[in-house]
Amino acid sequence: MNSFPFRVNDQAAMLSNYEVYSLLKEIESKGKKKKSRAQQNLATITYETLNYLKNTPCTLQNPEMVSEFMEALGPYNLTKAEKLQLLNHRPSSAVEIQLIIEESEERLTEEQIDELLQLVADKLPDPNAPEGGGEGEEGGEGGTERMEEEEE
Amino acid sequence: MFTLVEMTDTVRIPPHLFHIKLNDAVIEELNNKFANKVVYNVGLCIALFDITKLEDSFIFPGDGASHTRVHFRYVVFRPFMDEILQGRIRSCSREGVHVSLGFFDDILIPPDALQQPSKFDESEQVWVWEYETEEGTHDLFMDINEEIRFRVVDEVFVDTTPTGPKVSEAAESDKEAKKSPYSLVGTISEPGLGLLSWWNSVG
Repeated sequence: MNSFPFRVNDQAAMLSNYEVYSLLKEIESKGKKKKSRAQQNLATITYETLNYLKNTPCTLQNPEMVSEFMEALGPYNLTKAEKLQLLNHRPSSAVEIQLIIEESEERLTEEQIDELLQLVADKLPDPNAPEGGGEGEEGGEGGTERMEEEEE
Repeated sequence: MFTLVEMTDTVRIPPHLFHIKLNDAVIEELNNKFANKVVYNVGLCIALFDITKLEDSFIFPGDGASHTRVHFRYVVFRPFMDEILQGRIRSCSREGVHVSLGFFDDILIPPDALQQPSKFDESEQVWVWEYETEEGTHDLFMDINEEIRFRVVDEVFVDTTPTGPKVSEAAESDKEAKKSPYSLVGTISEPGLGLLSWWNSVG
């Protein structure tokens, strides 16, 4: 009778795209190694979600960057959800900031918005950058690998 | 857009999985059960995050399988209200613009949530934003497969669990039953929302 899962807490935490991306990458690589019984549903959703996340800026992020970025956002008095979206979307124009941050006209001055944009540009890698990320869009995976090599 | 949800469930491990470690068997069963499924009022389940607690296992008379109560955390797709998401246009119809994220397709932007004024082009079967400038109006087409940014304004859960035998009006309720278990409603009637190409040149 009680086969339905009992939910304890449905808002335990919000996850950033990067966290989901790295978790799914892990699952994907494990699945390839084992190749035992097929976990069809998991394989499908992993594949589709990774495909989606590949086109977001999160592929080039790493934990150090993220925590550094979050610390830098401290003085702006943003909510958790707003910070998360800044991280996930990596906005590059003022109009995007206004979308993400509620009542940004009242809460932030124009200079602060410019500062935020600068912060995003400095701390988070740009997936469309002509340098650094390799030849940009041709395969997000290649880009990440190259990034890692450079760090080492 | 993704959240962690804490859940508890009783997991049945059939005897043919007894040769692998209990943890691995539980992980496998939980992923089989939840991955790519919508849980009512929770969201679309993606993958198991971790197991926080395993209680004692039980065997019931007449069943060789072991039953274990498990506390675990699951990664779930459930955008919060007013979150900005980015997807692709799947199709356009009179009901509005249908958007897909690749792994999740049930997103609708109804006509009244499009940029105003918009109209539906019957011959091309696409929605068109009649953007007004000083030199006259520009028709901005919302073609299929274009990248689109939108704000989530509503979510709808439909309980699709099977019910008892239909009493009457069976034909009508059948149509209703085809609804998807979890769908989102979006809006793009704000500056910055809509096709990415509309705003790129501005920035």
